[in-house]
Amino acid sequence: MHKLIGLIALLAAAALPGAALAQKSFDVCWSHYTGWEPWAYADEKGLLKKWAAKNGISVKLTLVNDYVESINLYTAGKYQACAMTNMDALTIPAVGGIDSTALIVGSFSNGNDGIVIKKGAAVKDLKGRKIKLVQFSVSHYLLSRALALNGMRERDVTLVNTSDADIASLFLAERDGAAVTWNPMLLKARSGKDVTLIFDSSKTPGEIIDLMVVKSNAPDTLKKTLAGAWYETMAVMSGQDKASRDALAFMAQKAGGTLAEFEAQIKTTRMFYKAGEAAAFVRGPELRKTMEYVRSFSFEHGLYGQGAKSKDAVGIAFPDGGTLGNAKNVKLRFDAVLMQAAADAKL
Amino acid sequence: MRRYLFFGVHADPPPWLRRLAAALPFVLLLALYLGASQLRLAENPDDKILPSLAQMADAVQRLAFRPDPRSEEYVMLKDTTSSLARLALGVGLSAATGLLLGLNMGLFPGMGAVLLAIVTFVSIVPPLAILPILFISLGVDELAKVALIFLGIFPLITRDIYNTVAALPREQITKALSLGANELQLAYRIVLPQVMPRLIETVRLSLGAAWLFLIAAEAIASTDGLGYRIFLVRRYLAMDVIIPYVLWITLLGYLIDWLLRLALRRLYPWYQA
Repeated sequence: MHKLIGLIALLAAAALPGAALAQKSFDVCWSHYTGWEPWAYADEKGLLKKWAAKNGISVKLTLVNDYVESINLYTAGKYQACAMTNMDALTIPAVGGIDSTALIVGSFSNGNDGIVIKKGAAVKDLKGRKIKLVQFSVSHYLLSRALALNGMRERDVTLVNTSDADIASLFLAERDGAAVTWNPMLLKARSGKDVTLIFDSSKTPGEIIDLMVVKSNAPDTLKKTLAGAWYETMAVMSGQDKASRDALAFMAQKAGGTLAEFEAQIKTTRMFYKAGEAAAFVRGPELRKTMEYVRSFSFEHGLYGQGAKSKDAVGIAFPDGGTLGNAKNVKLRFDAVLMQAAADAKL
Repeated sequence: MRRYLFFGVHADPPPWLRRLAAALPFVLLLALYLGASQLRLAENPDDKILPSLAQMADAVQRLAFRPDPRSEEYVMLKDTTSSLARLALGVGLSAATGLLLGLNMGLFPGMGAVLLAIVTFVSIVPPLAILPILFISLGVDELAKVALIFLGIFPLITRDIYNTVAALPREQITKALSLGANELQLAYRIVLPQVMPRLIETVRLSLGAAWLFLIAAEAIASTDGLGYRIFLVRRYLAMDVIIPYVLWITLLGYLIDWLLRLALRRLYPWYQA
């Protein structure tokens, strides 16, 4: 039911045109996911406040319990920044005309998303199956990639749009189930009897990227605050000392699981602890290839909306100045400047 | 004495004013929407949250009147027939069960003793809270969705029919029996015709809840349906699809209600609702 309430809230937010950005206080949102739990730490341990004070602003971080809802609220203008994946950044705010910048590339899924099946051993065994997944999500994208890599098409399977909250238990209850999902649901689904993980995101590494996305026209003070707080958190997290263990335990508790579970999820998440690594990843040639896959998938599945005639309708800009799609309508920007500044300790 | 047009307890608005007054809130709502939509679209032409009427008409054109390129089906038609089939099955089963149980519970004290407590208990369990159990035990196909609607509304119908039967004058029953009716005749020839119009009324009132349960079920796990589509396209904020779908659901709900009201008036003209 909270989804309906969310829709109503969204309409209420929609009635007010986007707030002016010449301001000192900012609203930022995130939702639960392994790669974003550090935001809870940055907020509650005062790192975010410290960096905001340094930049002369105030930032309020809000946890939105529903992932899609959080992006919708960002797109509607309620938040100036929001945590989301590369695919959703393209298909929701960017296609919706909100010029957005991938400020922080925090991590990519390296096994955190996967396809599980009962009574089967390979992707080929999905043929003719009913597959549970959240349609149009990164799960759908992963499935599409897995099918393509195995010479199959989406027509070979039946998709059952399933709420992520219930997907693991529904999958486990079925005798010949198949599902695509992400952690922590994936861990739960894998724990069942006769369940085989037939594909996961480590087979297409670097394609499902977890970002902190900010409005491109947001002031530098906000961008610097977010980058500063994030990389200070990363430093604590990767420290291999007591502070690091405490931070992980804190995040595990926030995520609603045990430390062991959280550590298992961190293992299948390629965290960019060092800002320099993240900056290099964004500058690298692979990102362009990934975004080409992602935008083709999105366009072919109608995620560009009805007005779009081709996948070039929306432009995606890269740090080298190159673009994919319409260079005159760039709405999603990958930018390494602030990550580089963080790496050079110049924030 | 002065006749008041609109204000006061004794107002007697003429028909034209009544119609105008009824239309006014709709016009205001529409104007508010169009104004807000225009504001947002002027600021950002790609805005998806408050689409213009033309954008919504486009979406309807695409979903209702053009076959989907991949499945070659008319999406909106398919969604509507799937949802209506689930709704009809769920409400139909609830009405039949509610009528049978309620009638027997009300007429035969023995049956009432067995069933009243359990039906009351079941009617208080919030069906949405046990939705995962339904899906897990009944699978993600049609059965669980119909079962949710059934569990959601049959207890209410049962209780209402029970109350109606219990309120029938006892003298009437005694009289039928003393004129030689047997118990079966009493139940199905004397009592049943009297509660039928009440059943239609109760079903009309239950339909709102039935829609709610239908859409909730389709949001959890589904391959088609009106609720499915709404929750699916919400994924990319396609309000140009969601708003026409909501209006369509409202219209369907209104039509069903109207048909039931018509049936009530035709079949049971003696009944004063």
